[in-house]
Amino acid sequence: MSLAAIFSRVAGIVITIFVIATINFVLVRAAPGDPAAVIAGQSGATDEKFLAQVRAEYGLDQPYVVQLGAYLGKVATLDLGYSYRLRRPVKDLIAERLGPTLLLTLSAFLISLLGGVVFGALAGVRHGKISDLAISLLALILYATPVFWFGLMLVLLFSIKLEWLPAFGYVDMRAGSFGPFAYALDVLKHLCLPALTLGAIYMAMYARLMRASVIEVAAEDYIKTARAKGLTEGAILRGHMLRNASLPVITFAGLQVGAMIGGAVVVETVFSWPGLGRLIFDAVTSRDYPVLLGLFLVMSILVIAVNLLTDLIHRLVDPRLAVR
Amino acid sequence: MKRRGFNKMLLGAGLALPAMSLFRDGVAYAQGAAGGLTAIINPEPPVLVLPINQQIPTGTIGGKIYESLLSYDFELKPQPQLAESWEISEDGLTYTFHLAKKAKWHDGKPFTSADVVFSCNVMLKEVHPRARGVFDRCESITAPDDHTVVFKLKAPFGPFLLAFETSSAPMAPKHIYEGTDYRKNPANDTPIGTGPFKLKEWSRGSHIHLVANEDYYLEGQPVLTEIFYKVVPDGASRSVAMETGEAQLSQFADIEPFDVPRLAAMPNLKMTTKGYEFFSPVLWYELNLRKKPFDDLRFRKAARLLLDPKFIVDKINFGLGKPATGPIASTTKFYDPNVTIYKTDVAAANALLDEMGLKKDANGVRTTIKFLVVPFGEFWTRLAEYFRQAMKQGGIEVVLETTDPGGFAQRVSNWEFDTTSNMLYQNGDPALGVARSYISSNIRKGVMFTNTEGYSNKEVDELFDRAAVLTSDKERAELYSKVQKILVDDLPVLWMTEQQFPTIHDARLENAIDTAIGVNGTFGRARWAS
Repeated sequence: MSLAAIFSRVAGIVITIFVIATINFVLVRAAPGDPAAVIAGQSGATDEKFLAQVRAEYGLDQPYVVQLGAYLGKVATLDLGYSYRLRRPVKDLIAERLGPTLLLTLSAFLISLLGGVVFGALAGVRHGKISDLAISLLALILYATPVFWFGLMLVLLFSIKLEWLPAFGYVDMRAGSFGPFAYALDVLKHLCLPALTLGAIYMAMYARLMRASVIEVAAEDYIKTARAKGLTEGAILRGHMLRNASLPVITFAGLQVGAMIGGAVVVETVFSWPGLGRLIFDAVTSRDYPVLLGLFLVMSILVIAVNLLTDLIHRLVDPRLAVR
Repeated sequence: MKRRGFNKMLLGAGLALPAMSLFRDGVAYAQGAAGGLTAIINPEPPVLVLPINQQIPTGTIGGKIYESLLSYDFELKPQPQLAESWEISEDGLTYTFHLAKKAKWHDGKPFTSADVVFSCNVMLKEVHPRARGVFDRCESITAPDDHTVVFKLKAPFGPFLLAFETSSAPMAPKHIYEGTDYRKNPANDTPIGTGPFKLKEWSRGSHIHLVANEDYYLEGQPVLTEIFYKVVPDGASRSVAMETGEAQLSQFADIEPFDVPRLAAMPNLKMTTKGYEFFSPVLWYELNLRKKPFDDLRFRKAARLLLDPKFIVDKINFGLGKPATGPIASTTKFYDPNVTIYKTDVAAANALLDEMGLKKDANGVRTTIKFLVVPFGEFWTRLAEYFRQAMKQGGIEVVLETTDPGGFAQRVSNWEFDTTSNMLYQNGDPALGVARSYISSNIRKGVMFTNTEGYSNKEVDELFDRAAVLTSDKERAELYSKVQKILVDDLPVLWMTEQQFPTIHDARLENAIDTAIGVNGTFGRARWAS
């Protein structure tokens, strides 16, 4: 890539972030209610002085334009601000939630991608057979199942009936006294159900996509050539079909991962997972503007980063792209 | 990976799964009376500093860390807490409290009268709306010596002794807060109180860990060594937690009503509705009296006759709570049952609506009104659906409007609603928690939990005002009886039920619920059955 191309790409990203920030600000403010009203609504009693104090702290007594200007200024200096509700810097709030969210999202992403590609390829290769039907049907059911319900069923089976895995939480509350290995094992145990729940629906999507893609690729001339030159079906699948068939899946997964980071709210809620999704949800319902806007900013950066990563993976899988 | 290797891995995973059950969270507590307690908390409190935040979960956890001068038994009689004893002057103007001499802050500094004066006269007046309302009635708050505090009132105030409940007037350490910006004080991360439990760790989004305060001033307390409050945002997960024993205590609306009977019947769990006497919430449907047709008493009567509080108790609340007869809860002192009783009567309701001239159209609809659904969970949604169903019998079409907590408080406090439901705590006395919803001086736009329906009646104003400044319970009871009769005839709101909250706990947990604030109490005496 030339210097100019890199520069235009970076400029594009910066402009995108500012546009997103402005839209976020306007959207968030368009909703009725403000932090003072929420705190008052949940305290059981309030008065004018209290409301005025909270509004002054948040700067809500300033005109909108001044508030927007102040906010964009903060974005420019990468200052995420301070949550007056939680009495902590937004930077810290996000930092402590980022780990659990990335752990959950990336595990779910891997589960869904691996599972989706494997099952999809299997179904595609056995197109029309019983196993294809079974996989397709299962994928359809998973895809149509509400996430929270699927999560609850897993809890019912693995936590209540079988008592194998904890029903919710990130780590045992007494984990402070655990050694590093026991701690990791404990987190892993807690991770199983939420990651499977979050991954399942995407796995179903990718499996369906992969199946269609494999069937399409199977009809290509170069597959016929491969077969004609006497390669085994397994070699054809591994050497010629998988790489080509997985391109649309990777494209799609790249788009989805952004949604996954922000869209884990339901799973995080069902499993009491201390991630970003829940922080967003709490911030929305309590109108905690600095937290919300900080989160939007971080997440738009994450999504942009993931898109870049997807581009790179594309180049690896499909060398033709790098040449162009 | 070679195929054989892969097969081995699969086999390994198959073996590992059952083995995991060995590592399952062991909650084998109850090692003797002490041991620890795992409780549910929902939602997660924003901060734990009770003096600057009084949201419900803050009160539950803050109530273990912070204390006020008094606690209250189930009949709301004041009991010693940070104050060992107290006297009231004949004229009801001077209250003298003698403080516990051994009380200390969690950082080791002694708790003295200077802290009380600072809290009540300076800090709470600045940051705590409810305390501000009470302590503004004081002419002076002074400390003649280290362990005596004297409150001098401008005029007598009947419920003054009820103002010293933990959430109503939590004591704050002077040496930490004096001269600082209270809300921004860095010490807010590490709350310092006088209570039997101290904050050890707060893992945000996951749990809050409290440990016993070894230096606690009351002999033999606390018994428990630690309390974990686990944040569980999902209702179904909370039920599961109680069921599996991962949590041993839930409070307020943690468990959805439909799950309560099932959990209460489990042999390892117990359910109690005691310990909410101080709050004694009364639930009602609120009509915006500024709008037509709600300003017409006949309409309100008709609406009341279409509703059946018993249905709410039995079908929505699954047996918890009881029908309310008026504005004051029967669990508090000045309740008078001798008021007009409304029996569900669809025919009479329709007659009243006919009389108003609200004719039914071709579809049988007299009028269409909106209902703002309270966004705090399943229970409130059912309540809205019931309202719609009940009104239909009178030809009143109800359109449900949904919102979220921010929007809800904003719209109700700015009077932008037709009808909604609401529930207010009584805070131990009509002057503290009832009058505010009906007196016209408390019609304050933009402020939640005021007279949001817009009711105004000079006689009611006067009765409430006079009853507040009397000190004789007998005289106060007379005035409150009168005001209850007038209000029930006037129907400023449609009272439905005296709500009861289910506290569900491990059957072996004892003495946790021992005051009128129950789960918000100190838990100093809480212990495991041996």
